[in-house]
Amino acid sequence: MPDAFAASGLEKRYGRVEALAGVSLQVGEGELVGLLGPNGAGKSTLVKIGCGLVRPSGGRAEVFGRPAGSREARRALGYLAELFRFPGWLRADELLRLHQGLAGSTGGAAERDELLELVGLADVGRRKVDQMSKGMQQRLGIAQAMIGTPRLLVLDEPTSALDPAGRRTVRTLLEELRGRGISVLLNSHLLSEVELVCDRVVIITRGRVVAHGRPDELTQARGVSVETDEGERRFDLGRDEVPELVARLVAEGRRIYGVQVIRSTLEEAYLEAVEGESR
Amino acid sequence: MTGIGVIAAATLRECTRRRVFGVIVVLTGLFLALYTLGTLTAFHHLGKPAPGDDVDVTVLAGATLLGLAMFATLFLSTVVAVFLTFNVLRGDAEQGLLQPMVVRPPGRVVFLAGRFGAAAVVSAGYAATVYAAAVVITGLAGGWWPDEAVLPGVELAAGAAVVTAISLAGSVHLSTIANGIAVLMLFGAGLVGGLLGQIGDAIHSDTLSSIGTITSWALPFDALYQAGLHALTSDTSGITGVIVHLGPLGGAQPAGPLLAPWVLGYVLVVVALAGAAFVRRDL
Ligand SMILES: Nc1ncnc2c1ncn2[C@@H]1O[C@H](COP(=O)(O)OP(=O)(O)OP(=O)(O)O)[C@@H](O)[C@H]1O
Ligand SMILES: [Mg+2]
Repeated sequence: MPDAFAASGLEKRYGRVEALAGVSLQVGEGELVGLLGPNGAGKSTLVKIGCGLVRPSGGRAEVFGRPAGSREARRALGYLAELFRFPGWLRADELLRLHQGLAGSTGGAAERDELLELVGLADVGRRKVDQMSKGMQQRLGIAQAMIGTPRLLVLDEPTSALDPAGRRTVRTLLEELRGRGISVLLNSHLLSEVELVCDRVVIITRGRVVAHGRPDELTQARGVSVETDEGERRFDLGRDEVPELVARLVAEGRRIYGVQVIRSTLEEAYLEAVEGESR
Repeated sequence: MTGIGVIAAATLRECTRRRVFGVIVVLTGLFLALYTLGTLTAFHHLGKPAPGDDVDVTVLAGATLLGLAMFATLFLSTVVAVFLTFNVLRGDAEQGLLQPMVVRPPGRVVFLAGRFGAAAVVSAGYAATVYAAAVVITGLAGGWWPDEAVLPGVELAAGAAVVTAISLAGSVHLSTIANGIAVLMLFGAGLVGGLLGQIGDAIHSDTLSSIGTITSWALPFDALYQAGLHALTSDTSGITGVIVHLGPLGGAQPAGPLLAPWVLGYVLVVVALAGAAFVRRDL
């Protein structure tokens, strides 16, 4: 089974700007991968290549084994662009209907209603796009991307304009999609969001992958904090050494009220990866 | 192909929603009312043609007025064609309107074909309709009907389709305003080129004549317009024929046998080139 998305040695130059300098990454079937990186790192360029909007200068990109941008590849994916606009004169459900037509979806009104409901726009399905707030348009964009039940969803900062409840909704949605076996490539600056939902995280800086792995791999243990009758004590040990540590402290006659393995946050891991690169 | 239909239908619906058709209908109505008034007045002043005259004034007035209406029709349909297409590719891409559509399975070529089809049908249909109205007005108000009534309408419609293709091709690389200006200037250049050709023929200047010939092939909407003018009075001979064939705005030239295939090929090639360039663009 080919990966939902596979990039190998992907390069992109815009004139003298090198947006991607050899990026390789995979999104497995049913996997939810988060793409992190500072502004201008090349995240949007990467996903645009995946959708066939941008032609790579070198390397390969494939969607379910088909060259990115080919008809078969486009048929398999749903895309929400970072900077998108929908025609202002269309009503929300008309926009979805237009995309149903283009995607060849036979879901009809049921699919449109379900998607509007899913993104919390059920009440405003008849409202025109240019009368919707930015966050409402982004919600509509997410619904649009899900038309025709794509096997790979490519979302470029889908929650940048959303209120906290909206972000929560998207998070739940992503978890649900994973449950249905849909693969997701998610660009985001919201580390907490990525940490909460993504199976794997790829961090890129200046067009290069600088770190990747499961969130819990990236957020390494940074010691153990133990609350004892003598107060809180820090030990520079890993998680595996906790049982011996507790046994030793008890043997020494300490009373233990709590033990916590301290992890660096994804933010710390991110900053380390990104700054390590720019130094 | 259903993708083309979906895109074309969306384009037409946008025209309705954005009151494009409303504005066109109202203002064209105004133009036709003005034309009716002008035609009535002109024929009223003309009086009855005398049997012994060398020049048939009815033919002269009718052909001149209708020629003028044809010029206005070509200009108006050019405006319609330009405004329906000048932002289609680069302009819409800059706004982020294009990307969600072209990542869908039908893809870029179908998108372009759908937009072209809708715009060409609207602008060509518009040209044909306004021309037909002008013919009827001239006929009813002045009692003069063109020798060849249908062909000039077809030629004007084809001229509008040519402009549509040029504007669409320009929109691949030029942003909205630059493209609008470019196409309207090309339109002017085509007409001026045709005029220079006429002058060249009259004063026997080979240079001017070849400028005219080259522009007619390069921008064939002018050749189509001239061919339409010529067909209006194709059966008229004598001094009247000579005068009317000079035409009100640039002279009338008959369509050579190559004009129709040239125009068809021209439109196809321009749209295909636009497609080829569009497929390669980063969006
Ligand atoms: N069309 C373009 N022409 C020229 N340069 C471009 C173009 N698009 C992007 N770039 C450049 O490519 C680099 C990567 O841009 P990209 O949009 O992929 O970054 P990003 O990681 O998505 O950033 P952000 O977090 O701000 O969205 C930047 O230096 C940008 O200036
Ligand atoms: Mg970006």
